[in-house]
Amino acid sequence: MTNETPLAIDVRGLVKSFGGRRVVDDFSMRIPEGKIFGFLGPNGSGKTTTLRMLCGLLTPDAGEGTCLGLDLRNQAPLIKRQTGYMTQKFSLYEDLTIRENLEFVARLYEMDKRGERVDSALRDLGLYSRRDQQTGTLSGGWKQRLALTACILHEPRLLLLDEPTAGVDPTARRDFWDEIHTLAGRGITVLVSTHYMDEAERCHEIVYIAYGKLLASGTSDEIIDGTKLFTWRAHGPDADRLAGQLRGKDGVEMAVAFGADLHVSGTDEAALEAAIQPFRGTGKLNWHPTKPTLEDVFIHLTAGSKDNFS
Amino acid sequence: MRRLLSITRLVAMLMKEFNHMRRDRTTLGMMIGVPLIQLTLFGFAINTDPKALPTAIYSADTSAYTRDFTAALVNTGYFEIVTEARSREDVDGMLTRGQVQFAVTIPANFTRDLIRGERPEILVEADATDPVATGSAISALQQVKQSVFDRDLKGVSLARAPAPPAFDVIIHRRYNPENITQYNIVPGLMGVVLTMTLVMITGLAVTRERERGTMENLLAMPVRPMEVMLGKIIPYVIVGYVQATIILIAASVLFHVPVEGSVMLLSAAAILFMVANLAVGFTFSTIAQNQLQAVQMTFFFFLPSLLLSGFMFPFRGMPQWAQVLGEALPLTHFLRIARGILLKGSTFTDIAADLLGITAFVIVATAIAMTRYRQTLD
Repeated sequence: MTNETPLAIDVRGLVKSFGGRRVVDDFSMRIPEGKIFGFLGPNGSGKTTTLRMLCGLLTPDAGEGTCLGLDLRNQAPLIKRQTGYMTQKFSLYEDLTIRENLEFVARLYEMDKRGERVDSALRDLGLYSRRDQQTGTLSGGWKQRLALTACILHEPRLLLLDEPTAGVDPTARRDFWDEIHTLAGRGITVLVSTHYMDEAERCHEIVYIAYGKLLASGTSDEIIDGTKLFTWRAHGPDADRLAGQLRGKDGVEMAVAFGADLHVSGTDEAALEAAIQPFRGTGKLNWHPTKPTLEDVFIHLTAGSKDNFS
Repeated sequence: MRRLLSITRLVAMLMKEFNHMRRDRTTLGMMIGVPLIQLTLFGFAINTDPKALPTAIYSADTSAYTRDFTAALVNTGYFEIVTEARSREDVDGMLTRGQVQFAVTIPANFTRDLIRGERPEILVEADATDPVATGSAISALQQVKQSVFDRDLKGVSLARAPAPPAFDVIIHRRYNPENITQYNIVPGLMGVVLTMTLVMITGLAVTRERERGTMENLLAMPVRPMEVMLGKIIPYVIVGYVQATIILIAASVLFHVPVEGSVMLLSAAAILFMVANLAVGFTFSTIAQNQLQAVQMTFFFFLPSLLLSGFMFPFRGMPQWAQVLGEALPLTHFLRIARGILLKGSTFTDIAADLLGITAFVIVATAIAMTRYRQTLD
């Protein structure tokens, strides 16, 4: 145990139901300190609920564990002090100025040297000259960066980010992720939920959840390799048009167009080959086996879990 | 670690609320405008002692006596002869249509019968669909009957002068001898305005956070329920205080409502009353899911306050069960306190029981609010 990195999050068997529906079901997760974990899953899969349980906003119906070595159930107020939680929806006060919002946060955490800290945060953010502007007038990208600043102002050891980059342009997203990597470099643990595959690939590890259940976890390569999925790629004129014809055939689990290319995947290697056989002889198309993308894997996992679920 | 209250965090909440208030000009304007508008509107408009009510007269007999009678009616100030009816049917029609409030019918041969001492009858019909409108005028009629012909008939009529009653009843209308409606309405309006604006404003202040999603962020930070509640209540106590001051100044300047008792005592009672209403608003906000529901709940609380507190209708006129309900409402007690201090010059001991009533309400409402307030989103 001594040579192992301490765990920032170590939870077992978390369960949460709303109105009789299990939103999170027997969820377990271990995240070592200083790592960036991507939290993926379809809409309504229980990501937000899990994040809320981790930061003490929701009480789990069952399960136990620790955040930053503190007990999830009994020490929630202490966890809150060392955790920064960024909500999915922008939740700073739009009618307050940028500075007033940060000062409010600084006061709530009873921080010392508040003025100094807020000023330096504003300078780092590049909003110092606009500090007296009402927050609601900022653009989406700026709002996200301000929200991040607000939740790291009290120097938390754990960051929980709920779809922080939804609706933000690529440049702002890249800046955002650079910031997250800088924070992780300082030893902060980050758990970030997202729907973007490129973001998932920027995480150290990924946790995939669907219908309240953990489906896969590990690095993106581990997850792709761990899923026994075979994929063929067709390249050539009108390759993407074949998707409709291939869907529903035995062995074809999905046929997805990527630009002019086509990805055809399935778990049964032989059946998959048999299914694409009729289209291989035409000569115009160039077929070759390829490594499935993270997206292929996730769609496969989601489809599979839906069957188990219903 | 688990202190109930941190001054720094409370200050954070207070500054935030003041900043919200400062920026929300419409609400701020409403909070100052509502008491002014309501006070001038209701203060000048409402009159439970209406004068110069439209009266029709149908006279089948005309003489100096009947003219004296009508003149005496008009002199009471309650009647204004607007029309002369031509027939009994005419009288009926005018009453039914609501054209007149009263109809006076003087029968044929009235003067002759009067002089003969045959006690002729004058019929006064009132449209009594609204008892408040006719009540004072009808009691004024009794006076007219007693005195109008005393002088005219001396030595003329064969009727014997009625013997005076064996004893006299002396009536003192204390605290409001002239029966001025404003003296009753204006102190009450202070309570009514405070109830409506304060319950609604706290209800909205908390549900707005929930609706905009800022509550989630607030709960994720280490702020304690007491700090949130006080942070939401204290700024509005100040707003309420401004409202009460406006009303009090207007009461004395515009309506010349007497201020017999201690303004300090009234202020103290008003603060307690405001806290009671703010606690109700906060409790509603823990139940309401959105701002619309908060407003609906406010009206759910406001209507009984208005109707059962004794502001609109006499408290003692209600049946026992309704009085019990009324006693539970803070407005009932505050009305008694405000009227007592302003009109009667009540002292602390006079209003102690009512202060206790409000205090009990505050304790119950706060307890409910604190148990209902969730530090989680469960």
